[in-house]
Amino acid sequence: MNKNSPRLRSKRKAVNLLMLSLTGIATLLVVTPLIWILLYIIHEGAPAINLKFFTQLPTPVGVAGGGIVNALLGSLMTVGLGLVIAAPIGTLVGFYAAAHPDSPLGLLVRFGADVIAGVPSIVMGIFAYTLIVLPQRHFSAFSGGIVLSFIMLPIIIRTTEEMVRLVPSSIREASLALGAAEWKTSLSVILPAALNGVVTGAMLAIARAAGEAAPMLFTAFGNPFMNTNYSQPVATLPHTIFVYAISPYNDWHAKAWATALVLITLILLLNILARIIIWWRTRTLGTIK
Amino acid sequence: MAMQIMIPNKHETSGDTPIKIETKSLEVYYGKFQALKQINLDVREKQITAIIGPSGCGKSTLLRSFNRMNDLTPTCRVEGEIKLDGENLYSPGVDVVDIRRRVGMVFQRPNPFPKSIFDNVAYGPRLYGIHRKSDLEGIVENSLKASALWNEVKDKLNQSGLSISGGQQQRLCIARALAVEPEVILMDEPASALDPISTLKIEELMQEIKKDYTIVIVTHNMQQAARVSDYTAMMMIDDDRTGHLIEFDHTNTIFTRPKDKRTEDYVTGRFG
Repeated sequence: MNKNSPRLRSKRKAVNLLMLSLTGIATLLVVTPLIWILLYIIHEGAPAINLKFFTQLPTPVGVAGGGIVNALLGSLMTVGLGLVIAAPIGTLVGFYAAAHPDSPLGLLVRFGADVIAGVPSIVMGIFAYTLIVLPQRHFSAFSGGIVLSFIMLPIIIRTTEEMVRLVPSSIREASLALGAAEWKTSLSVILPAALNGVVTGAMLAIARAAGEAAPMLFTAFGNPFMNTNYSQPVATLPHTIFVYAISPYNDWHAKAWATALVLITLILLLNILARIIIWWRTRTLGTIK
Repeated sequence: MAMQIMIPNKHETSGDTPIKIETKSLEVYYGKFQALKQINLDVREKQITAIIGPSGCGKSTLLRSFNRMNDLTPTCRVEGEIKLDGENLYSPGVDVVDIRRRVGMVFQRPNPFPKSIFDNVAYGPRLYGIHRKSDLEGIVENSLKASALWNEVKDKLNQSGLSISGGQQQRLCIARALAVEPEVILMDEPASALDPISTLKIEELMQEIKKDYTIVIVTHNMQQAARVSDYTAMMMIDDDRTGHLIEFDHTNTIFTRPKDKRTEDYVTGRFG
C-alpha cells in the first residue's frame, strides 16, 4: 500500500483542518464572554465616570454627583495591609517549601496552602469576624487587611515555590562553590532569579484580594465617609459595588457599574505594570537558557 | 589478564614541588553504592593535575570531594582523608565556607548569574566584605584580565552576564572564581561545552595562571590532558562500577611509558 497516496494526503489535510477549526471554535467560545463582559461594563459604567467620581465622597440618594474616593482609599488600605503581611511571609514560606519539598514541614506547607486557597472567602470573612471583630467589638480596616492577607497568602506561597523550583540548580552550585552560605545564596542569587515569578504571584494575589466583597461584609464593613484610621470601618471597591448594585435606585446602579469599571481598570493597570517591571528586569539581567 | 590494582608509587614523584592536596584512602559512597575506592593521590602545588578515565569512573565525584561539593548530595558519605596543606577537610568542625573560598570551582556548563558582568565577578569579593566601589572595580578588572576576557567586555560591564557567548561566559565564570583569590582551582571538563577556539583560549589561560594557582582538571579529552597538564591521574571503573585510581605520574610518563596496560590501552584509544 502506498504510504503517501493522494487520498491519504488529503485525508490528513482534512483531519488537520478539522482539528484547527475545533480549537479555533473553543478559543472563540472562551474569549467571547470575556470581551462581552468587558464591553458591557464599559458601556454601562463609562457614562458615570468623570473626575469628580474619583475625588468626591458618596452623596445621599437623590443628590446628584458623588464619588468613590473613600472606597479607593479603603481598598488601598486593606489590600496594602494584606500585602505587607502576606508578601514577606508567603515568599519565605514558598522558598522553604521549594528547598525542602519532602520534609514534614514542606509537605505540610504545600498541602496547607492548597487547603486554605480552597476555603470560600465568605468563610474567611466569618473567621476573621470571630477572631478580630468580636473581641475588638467593632469593624475595622485592620480586620479587613488581615482577612485579605489570609486570602493572598496561599497564592504567594504556591507561586513563589514554583518559581524558585524553576531556577536552575547550576547557579545555586556556582554560588555555593564561591563560599556563600545557603541563606546568602537564596537571598542574593536565587531570589533575584525567581523575582519575576514572585512579582507575578504578588500581582495575582493583589488582583484577587482587591475584588473580594464577601469578607469585607464581616470586617471592613463599609463607611460612607472618608477614613484613614485602621481601627475604624472603611469602604472598599467591591463592597461599594455590592451596596450600590442591590439598592433599588437607578443612579446607584449606574455608580455600581462605574465602580466595577474602575476596579477592572485598576487590575488591568497593575498587570501591565508587572509586565513592564519584568520586561525591564529581563532586558538588563538576562534570562538563563 | 589478572586485575591488578596498582597503588601509585609516591616515591616516583617525590622531590617535586610541595603537596597541596593529599588524598589518603579516600572512599566515597552514594547510599549503598560505592563510587570511589581507595584513592591515594597527591596534588602538587602550582602544577596542573589532570584526571582522566572513561565515562562514569568517578572523576567528577573525586573532584567535587576536594571542595566538599559532594555535601550537597544528601546520600553522599565520605571515608578516608583529604588534606589541604596538611589539614583534613572532612574533620568535624571544619568551616566548609572557608574551604570553598580556598578551593574554587569551574563547572562543565558555564553558569553565570543573571546579573551584570560586573556583579558576577564582584559577587565573591562582596561575600567577603569588600564593598568599596574602587576596590571592587580593581578586583573585577584584574580578574577579567587574568581570565583573558577584559578587552572583550570592558565597555559592557553593566550588561547581563548571559548576553555574551558560551566561551566568554565560561571565562567569566573563571574570572568569578579567581576574584576570591583561591589557592586551588578545580575544573570539571571546563571546555567540553565550548568551541575549539574558546577551548584553546582556556588552555592558554590555564598555563598563564598556573604560576599562581594549583589546578586540578577533569577532562574527557586525552589530548587536552597531554597538552596542558604536568601530572595525570588515570582512573578506571571495575565490575561493580566503583572507580579507582590505577596510575598516577608525570603526564609525560603516562602518555609515553605508562606502567599499567590499561592506561596504555586508554591513552592510545584502544578503548574509551
